Amino acid sequence: MSDEASPMSVRTLSYVDAIREATDREMARDASVLLFGLDVDDPKAILGTTQGLVAKYGPERVFGTPLSEDAMTGAAIGMALAGLRPIHVHIRMDFVMLAMNQLVNMAAKSSYMFGGQQHVPLVVRSIIGKSWGQGAQHSQGLYPFFMHVPGLKVVAPSTPYDAKGCMSAAVRDDNPVMFVEHRILYYRQGPVPENDYQVEPGRARIAVAGSDVTLVGISYMQLECLRAQRYLESVGVSAEVIDPIWLAPLDVDTIVASARRTGRLVVVDNGWTTCGAGAEILAAVGEACAGGPAPSMQRMGFAPVPCPTTPSLEAAFYPNARTIAACAYDLVHGGAQGWLPAERDDLKSIEFKGPF
Amino acid sequence: MNESAMRLHDAALVERLYRSLYRIRRVEEDIARRYPGNDIKSPVHLSIGQEAIAVGVCEALAPDDVVFGTYRGHAMYLAKGGDLDRMIAELFGRVDGCARGKGGSMHLVDVARGVMGTSAVVATTIPNAVGYAYAMKLRREPRIVVSFFGDGATEEGVFYESINFAALKRVPVLFVCENNGWAIHTHQRQRQATLDICGRVRAFGMDAQRIEDGDVFDIHGTVAAAAARMRAGDSGPLFIECMTSRWREHVGPGEDFELGFRSREDEARWIEDDAVAKLAALIPERQRAAVDAAVHAEIENAFTRAAASPFPDADELHRHVFHER
Repeated sequence: MSDEASPMSVRTLSYVDAIREATDREMARDASVLLFGLDVDDPKAILGTTQGLVAKYGPERVFGTPLSEDAMTGAAIGMALAGLRPIHVHIRMDFVMLAMNQLVNMAAKSSYMFGGQQHVPLVVRSIIGKSWGQGAQHSQGLYPFFMHVPGLKVVAPSTPYDAKGCMSAAVRDDNPVMFVEHRILYYRQGPVPENDYQVEPGRARIAVAGSDVTLVGISYMQLECLRAQRYLESVGVSAEVIDPIWLAPLDVDTIVASARRTGRLVVVDNGWTTCGAGAEILAAVGEACAGGPAPSMQRMGFAPVPCPTTPSLEAAFYPNARTIAACAYDLVHGGAQGWLPAERDDLKSIEFKGPF
Repeated sequence: MNESAMRLHDAALVERLYRSLYRIRRVEEDIARRYPGNDIKSPVHLSIGQEAIAVGVCEALAPDDVVFGTYRGHAMYLAKGGDLDRMIAELFGRVDGCARGKGGSMHLVDVARGVMGTSAVVATTIPNAVGYAYAMKLRREPRIVVSFFGDGATEEGVFYESINFAALKRVPVLFVCENNGWAIHTHQRQRQATLDICGRVRAFGMDAQRIEDGDVFDIHGTVAAAAARMRAGDSGPLFIECMTSRWREHVGPGEDFELGFRSREDEARWIEDDAVAKLAALIPERQRAAVDAAVHAEIENAFTRAAASPFPDADELHRHVFHER
């Protein structure tokens, strides 16, 4: 872990600029780093995350691709086998489903099934959408699919600081890394050191310390957990908020230690709960605590339906700060209390308003 | 090819081609013979009958060219120079196998010899080959990649995505379609609206040609010319369809004529036109006997060494999931 930085060099950057800066720095440092995917070289430049890079590094290292996710993932693997370090970008995570064979059957397995003769340094970026009618095929958080498969690493940074540090670590990793972004996190601003640093796999971060209940928020749900912590604070409940950052490898120890301390754990997933990241975390905590006192645990996530487009239904589809706070409050008070905080203007969700 | 045409080939090339063809045939016949025993711990998809393609192609390549292939990959692996001892040890599931006993027959690999790997899922390595070729072009290397696959692979969407991208970026990849007509037990006629694979490829702006008779000299000459064009710079990717015949069952050591989906007569012209026998007839008897004896000794050694290699230790189970520097 080399994420200590001199405070002198820290600026406030957006999540978008943090990703762009990390990509730029890695491409400048290592000529074997390539960047491609649908629209990476178009005027909108993947919402700005690839802006200016084609001009700086040329069209052989930065290029838009045919609409061929399957073959382009396979080509990325071939490039990696040849010693390059490709970054393949998907503007929606849903589109990665077109590349599952290459990711699951080749990228994840090449090191093992070829007895260590091969390895695949590959970063697959994808963005989860939310709100403004993104709907069933633009808003899925499908990262648990990849957590399930040995040989893949999965990271879902929620802050600009982690976005830069995780991107740098992912590019330098000798293995395939699924780099999970969220459209709403693109608005987030935060301190980002100017210098290079890596947020290495397998270490969670305690974002806010607390003593009554542990909230683990994955990807965008980290933001909702931070807001929930504020609601809970107003009713005298001290919540600890943990950002796992890397989902594979997962830092179970930090979560277990916190949950043991607070005695209560709520995991809020940015996906469905069944076989989800939250299910995995709860199972791991349960196993770690087997034979001793176990924390009371809850998981939250998407309603078990495809994501609807109309705002009235979409609002009920996602957990939010208020429902998370209510869940944690009930856990702390040992049962349903019927408490749901009134929405505060300063803790309102930022929604994407379009137009595209 | 007639007798006078044969004389145009130099004797050294004839011996090289024969040696490789005979070696692959004998290795696979030995695998089939020993298969009922309990040493081989892997399903095998034998290349018997199709060897002329791998041999004709790989003998036309440079040592630092690379190949990607399929689960029917023994012939390609051996023709490109893959280590025989490590291949047999791999089939035996031993730690000295090319994949340390963790890949088996369907995942042969020998990176030092340019055998970049094979997949059990049809068409999967085609885009890997294209990506590798992209890297070569980016680095201005005078090397080429060969992507081997069967007629069934040309039904997969990723095939068309791959040839489109290869043609778009003009990368140095030679696509070699080994058309044996069968996807397990289903004929190409039952699977494809038209049989003109080369025609479909040409629609992507790529030169494509079909070699009808499986002649190893034709294949060798065609690939040598294609490789020279690609190395020279800007021919872009090229495509060759080689008609051939799978003599054995899809998977396993035996034949499949008794199933009734095809007959021995259907494949008779291929069996009578056997490349191994044809080349054997071109080489003086004493010279051929010396080649054969050396091949027999090498194969016997490989099986003996494989049997002497240990199975991997339990701690090997968790190694290589991720790269070990």
